[in-house]
Amino acid sequence: MDGTVTLQKSRLKKQKSVENIFKTIFLIFGMFSIAFVIFISIFLIISGVPAITKIGFFKFMFGTKWASTAAKPSFGILPFILTSVYGTCGALLVSVPVGIFCAVYLAKMAPGPVAAAVREAVDLLAAIPSVVYGLFGMIIIVPSVRKLFNLPDGANLFSATVVLAIMVLPSIISESETALRAVPKEYEEGSLALGATYTETVFKVSLPAARSGVLTSVILGTGRAIGEAMAVMMVAGNVANMPGIFKSVRFLTTAVASEMSYSSGLQRQALFSIALVLFFFIIMINVVLRKLTSKGEVK
Amino acid sequence: MIFTEKRQGDFMSSVIETKDLNLWYGKHHALMDINMAVPKNQITALIGPSGCGKSTFLRTLNRMNDQIEGVRIEGEISLRGENIKNLDANVLRSRVGMVFQKANPFPMSIYDNIAYGPRILGVHKKKELDEIVETSLKQAAIWDECKDRLKTSALGMSGGQQQRLCIARALAVKPEVLLLDESTSALDPVSTSKIEDLLLELKKKYTIIMVTHNMQQAARIADRTAFFLLGELIEYDNTEKIFSHPADKRTEDYITGRFG
Repeated sequence: MDGTVTLQKSRLKKQKSVENIFKTIFLIFGMFSIAFVIFISIFLIISGVPAITKIGFFKFMFGTKWASTAAKPSFGILPFILTSVYGTCGALLVSVPVGIFCAVYLAKMAPGPVAAAVREAVDLLAAIPSVVYGLFGMIIIVPSVRKLFNLPDGANLFSATVVLAIMVLPSIISESETALRAVPKEYEEGSLALGATYTETVFKVSLPAARSGVLTSVILGTGRAIGEAMAVMMVAGNVANMPGIFKSVRFLTTAVASEMSYSSGLQRQALFSIALVLFFFIIMINVVLRKLTSKGEVK
Repeated sequence: MIFTEKRQGDFMSSVIETKDLNLWYGKHHALMDINMAVPKNQITALIGPSGCGKSTFLRTLNRMNDQIEGVRIEGEISLRGENIKNLDANVLRSRVGMVFQKANPFPMSIYDNIAYGPRILGVHKKKELDEIVETSLKQAAIWDECKDRLKTSALGMSGGQQQRLCIARALAVKPEVLLLDESTSALDPVSTSKIEDLLLELKKKYTIIMVTHNMQQAARIADRTAFFLLGELIEYDNTEKIFSHPADKRTEDYITGRFG
């Protein structure tokens, strides 16, 4: 008897030490992602703040003129901020209703095989690299916009917004669909049993019940739209204008990307500052997302 | 029509009648030749072991089985002499209300839960809705417990309160018949007895059909009891008769606890 007890004890001890080793390994790997976030934050702050202090916060944020390579350079990024905001909002204006209706159709109405096929297409849409969206935009959307609205050039905010709307769609659809599917069947039965039609049930019970998931999908879409660089660079015309629907514009992301390769001095520092502003936007979006999801859990 | 009237004469006045009702889930024959007349303003209990078809039968009465794929129904169900096949499913369901096994208040305020049905039916005036909400909650004997928090979420109520809220919600559309599908099985004895008292009160105005696993419950509150077994209606009679002198051996075996 004593033998088994000691055996068990030593086994337990061994198990414990193995357990501890694994815990440490997981901790180290877990730390990696946090470390990157911290490094990037520090890097952006260190490299982004000097230009802002040199140029002046208000002049930088609310200056309407960006002329980084002029003899008398001017570094106002309001055109980029507004372009990013308008482009994102415009994209959401289209993709939120379309995405939610599509999600409702997939989760609640489409017959099995059709839903599976559409879902497959949506997943594929999400997996397409953004440069491909850019190509599609250059070859199809830009010329169509030019012809449709009789413009000298079709590469403008409108085209970029259309491309963004398409790119944002998959995140809204799949996230909203998941939320809609998670709505307990009992809610829907309860509504049907009160004499509501199926459509009434979906829109008055299921969709409100899935509210927090649907909002999350919209926020995720916002994040994707505001952070997108490659595709919009290819279709937005890339001129640092104050935004107008048919003007060539530059987004926050494309402002950094298009000048980085040949920038120097204060210009280069200002580009880092733009990245810092963009980073701040993304953080704000994440904070909102966190607020919404935690609210959804508490009920 | 003449036939129906004659039958109505036989059983006081019946609200729901089924004639040779058969139901299949795919190949499974779940209900066999059910003939039953449910009398007005009484509580009718459906009892029987799990899988005997009593819940299926109940859900056929307000066509909730229409939702399920592969269901085939033959025979006739009439609501006050009208074949329910000729009614819109949603019209039927506003006349034949249902309370489920698990309380299922919508994730909205108490007020909006009750007002949901009336709003669907086109009542939008605040005054009218206020009145419906108050009377429905009073009818379900829950008004005093929640009148001060009508705007708070219904999900914050206790299980028993939620179930009475669901009864109130069903009453808000002024149904003729109320179906209860094991609606007290998840509740504690105190909540259960509250709901039983409530049902005894409600039968003055409504016709109630309830599925229950609890035979004491059937014996306590039902006027008539139907015993189902393997998709067949074995015996259907006054509750007293079923529990004291069952005509069928199988009924006796079941109520004395020999199986089930």
